[in-house]
Amino acid sequence: MNKDKKIKITPIEYGTVIDHIKNGHAMKVLRIIGVLDKKMDSIVSVAMNVNSSMGKKDIVKVENIEIKSDELDKISLISPRATVNIIRNYEVIKKHDVKLPEKVKGIVSCINNTCITNQNEPVEPEFDVIGKDPVTLKCVYCERDMKGEEISENVL
Amino acid sequence: MVSKFNKKHVVSIKDFSKEEIDFVLDLAGDMTEIAKGNKSDDSLKGNILGTLFFEPSTRTRLSFESAMKRLEGACIGFARAGTSSVKKGETLADTVQVISSYVDIIVLRHPQEGAARLAAKFSEKPIINAGDGAGQHPTQTLLDLFTIREEKDEIENKKIGIAGDLKYGRTVHSLTHALSMYDCDLTFIAPASLQIPDEIIKDIEKMDIKYRKAENITDVLDDLDVLYMTRIQRERFPSDEEYEEVAETYKIKKDMLENVKDDMIIMHPLPRVDEIYSDVDSTTHAKYFKQAANGVPIRMALLKLLTEGYNE
Repeated sequence: MNKDKKIKITPIEYGTVIDHIKNGHAMKVLRIIGVLDKKMDSIVSVAMNVNSSMGKKDIVKVENIEIKSDELDKISLISPRATVNIIRNYEVIKKHDVKLPEKVKGIVSCINNTCITNQNEPVEPEFDVIGKDPVTLKCVYCERDMKGEEISENVL
Repeated sequence: MVSKFNKKHVVSIKDFSKEEIDFVLDLAGDMTEIAKGNKSDDSLKGNILGTLFFEPSTRTRLSFESAMKRLEGACIGFARAGTSSVKKGETLADTVQVISSYVDIIVLRHPQEGAARLAAKFSEKPIINAGDGAGQHPTQTLLDLFTIREEKDEIENKKIGIAGDLKYGRTVHSLTHALSMYDCDLTFIAPASLQIPDEIIKDIEKMDIKYRKAENITDVLDDLDVLYMTRIQRERFPSDEEYEEVAETYKIKKDMLENVKDDMIIMHPLPRVDEIYSDVDSTTHAKYFKQAANGVPIRMALLKLLTEGYNE
């Protein structure tokens, strides 16, 4: 399996590797860290459905940028078991798990269609994180709870 | 002395501590004679209330206007969205910013959940939520609590049955939250398909509140101090026949009251359709009209507290 991994997941010299992303959620991670909005122009590579000891997972590698941990903590909303590796000179110099933030703003839209934040109002959706397993968010505006897959389906 | 009430807005009953609720209820108690017109009070003279009703609710709007006028304040506003600039596509945020510069306090009714929280963010003046969609309606909860306290002297430890549509009824969810602050013993009376949602049960379990679920009003009625009735809506059922069958068992008639406690009270947020028969109205148990009247002193208390920034 190590050989398999070496072929498919090439190491990077400098940058950030987000590992153990929930299988199928890599594109949402790209959205959360701003790659899809062109807020980040580094080379980004994505591996999906990678075999691991804990089943299939996705991996995202961002070259030459050490992404700040609070930015990456947002990933915990859709993939609470993701880990972040900071790479320098092909070596992992720092490794940590993503941490659930206490508040979430502007990453996820409210599941409630009739919530005022889903209308044409000048506000970003905002949530309090009220549960960890499964991740549960409460809309600050309409007070509706959303959890698990409901959250990943509503990533903006 | 530290202020017991320093809220700028009234958006959700969940923003209130028990002490803050008690403070509002105490002040409402002082307002009852003024609300009836037996005493006068000009404490809001020179102030203007803006009533922004994006969906119609005649009694809520009129009770706010009555409350403001009893305190000699003035009211301006609209009673439905069709007459406002929303029809032209203006956001609520803009509407509220503009109108908050015309008035001293705003009462908002809106079809979208979370509208009042949003309005509070954009308003220079206090916002009172008078119902946002299926969301919150805190002044209803406060007047419900006030009614229980007025009729039973205290709210603590009362055996309270809540009947009807407990799944979708926002009144019921807010009331349950508030009653659990008072250690009440709660009975949820509803057909299985309309029982109280699990999230609400989890919340009351966290507060260590005694509760039970029942399907039949008559099984539990004789043990209650308060029966809070709500309407079961036809649209919750796949067919008229199913609705009729269920709704029939959630109706209160005078002959069902023979063995209830003498001082048991029946409440209802109104309007009722036929879930309480009119023969109950003349019994000493019927308190729903008094409950509706209590909307005025509660709203007077809130208007006064928010406008004056009341301190003690």
